[in-house]
Amino acid sequence: MSAASKAAVLEIRDLHASAGGNEILKGIDLTLDAGEVHAIMGPNGSGKSTLANVLAGHPSVEVTRGSVVYDGKDLLKLAPEERACAGLFLAFQYPVEIPGVTNSYFLKASLNAVRRHRGEEELDAMDFLTLVRDKMKLAEIDEKFLHRAINEGFSGGEKKRNEILQLALLEPRLAILDETDSGLDIDALRIVADGVNRLRGPDRAMLVITHYQRLLEYIVPDRVHVLAEGRVVTSGGKELALELDKKGYGWLEVEPAQGSAG
Amino acid sequence: MSLLALAEQALAQRTGEPAWLQERRAAALACFREQGLPTTRLEAWRYTNLAGISKTSFELAPAEAEASREAVESVCFPVFGCSLNVFVDGRYRENLSTPGALSGNAHVETDPELARAELGALVDPKQHPLAALNTALFEEVAVLRVPRGTHIEQPVHVVFAASGDATPRLRSPRLLVVAEAGSRVQVVQDHVRLEATAAAGEAPGFTNSVTEVFAEADASVDLVVLQREADADFHISNLAVRLERDARLTSHVISLGGQLVRNDLAATLAGEGSDALLNGLFVGSGERVVDNHTLVDHAVPHGTSRQLYRGILGGSSRGVFRGRVVVRPDAQKTNAQQSNPNLLLSDAAEVDTRPQLEINADDVKCSHGSTIGQLDPEALFYLRARGIDEVRARALLTRGFAHQVLDALPVEALREGLDQVLDRSLAEASGGEPGSAP
Repeated sequence: MSAASKAAVLEIRDLHASAGGNEILKGIDLTLDAGEVHAIMGPNGSGKSTLANVLAGHPSVEVTRGSVVYDGKDLLKLAPEERACAGLFLAFQYPVEIPGVTNSYFLKASLNAVRRHRGEEELDAMDFLTLVRDKMKLAEIDEKFLHRAINEGFSGGEKKRNEILQLALLEPRLAILDETDSGLDIDALRIVADGVNRLRGPDRAMLVITHYQRLLEYIVPDRVHVLAEGRVVTSGGKELALELDKKGYGWLEVEPAQGSAG
Repeated sequence: MSLLALAEQALAQRTGEPAWLQERRAAALACFREQGLPTTRLEAWRYTNLAGISKTSFELAPAEAEASREAVESVCFPVFGCSLNVFVDGRYRENLSTPGALSGNAHVETDPELARAELGALVDPKQHPLAALNTALFEEVAVLRVPRGTHIEQPVHVVFAASGDATPRLRSPRLLVVAEAGSRVQVVQDHVRLEATAAAGEAPGFTNSVTEVFAEADASVDLVVLQREADADFHISNLAVRLERDARLTSHVISLGGQLVRNDLAATLAGEGSDALLNGLFVGSGERVVDNHTLVDHAVPHGTSRQLYRGILGGSSRGVFRGRVVVRPDAQKTNAQQSNPNLLLSDAAEVDTRPQLEINADDVKCSHGSTIGQLDPEALFYLRARGIDEVRARALLTRGFAHQVLDALPVEALREGLDQVLDRSLAEASGGEPGSAP
């Protein structure tokens, strides 16, 4: 193994995946090194969310070809909960409402599951409360949300901030944000971006999936990949996001095969 | 012995009761003799077959069956300040009870004279032969009369404990609550099987319970009925409530144990402005059959009733919900809601649900609905994506489903204890180990 690949957190090779009988990902290649933040942009239907779902292990997506190596492990062999315990975190585009289960019960169950896996001691009610209160301040979520059912009746922005709270609590090694910015006003966007930026560090990596360039003003990526029709059609530096913002996605459809190999 | 022979023998041997009670018992027995056990040919019993009861030879429990304080405590909720009233096999046990001093000098009492006016007034023995059997056979009636204007702060816990032994026993718990005008009370009616020997666990018990609740003008009654008997037990209950003007009643009927459970609930909104919240939760595992029949009678205008019955069925258990809401011609401005969501945890589990509205007035707001579903796969994935393994995630979601009934439980102090009891039942229904706390 080369020195560069040793630091890779995520290596996706020739990934093909289908959902509902349709092939959606048609050969994705992507390497994400520790300490890096990559953005994935692309028009609706390009496969962005499918990619996020494959990485998190959603049962509705079937991988038909290719490989994903996470931290040297075959990610595709792991159950969703094993991925989460191994430090992979997906911030959902549409966080699920779960009536009857309080947010605090859920957050504690989640945090302790991950801690158990890391060989750390489980937090008791008091220690958990101290920690979660602290993180809630960062995500600017009122404490009353602890006692409410998971995401039930939360506004769009509240749901996204709840995702950021979980991100802050679980401190993952690889965070994937699936259009966390969609539908957010500028204040909520800033809170989300702050939450993400606070977690940036040499050991961590992030994949920020977004439809808009706006988020990338707050979370400045090291690389930008453009996805169209299930392939990475072009990759570049952060300036690529600006270019996309100016030109839209229309020009990509003219030359869909360009750059798909790298 | 057949139930009828058992009842006839018991009645012949019963002495020293007031004449009016003897007469009432004899009349009730005549009703039972005439009708016998309901069969599946009757519409109301179509889904629930009592053959298991008619095939079993039951005996009455001995007068002083062994019941230790430890055994009682092991099934009690550690509810602080709760008035604890223990009946073993239908007889009050002073040595096991800590009734405490309730406001207004109220007590749970067993003198039948205190029940004379109301006993049996809400349950028609001709319609309900099993309730008639209870009237013929109950050992002692638990009477809680809350004096006018009295607010009882402590929950009143009435434990109907079945002693454990190896003979199939018939037990007939009887409870009467009269909340006089402007009074307020919370009652927990708890059916438990005391820790039995291994051999006793095999013998099916048969609990045939009747509860009558009178909520007089502007009274407020919160009732929790908790049924958590042994897996082999039969449990048949009849709960009848009557609400006068501006009276408020909440009931939570929670069925967690037994091989066959049938709960009949009839609520009559007899006074204008009365308000009934009638919730239920039933959990099935193994081959259990749990059948809930409710009847809400809006007899006068401006009544409100809300029903939420949730069923969770695993293994090859079966649930039945049949809810009827009747709005009488004069009962304008009635607001009646009824809902029965069900969760099936296995392919072999099944539920028959039939909400029914009979509306004879034109200016009313009524709604009803039922659903049958499985755990939401997106919710399951969401939890797993946060590190919670599949078994735990399923347990959490199932618990969440149940909690939507329990969250309305007015007896705050009961929640934690109930949580633990519930977690065990849910784990059985899911076919796994109890989901421990996170």
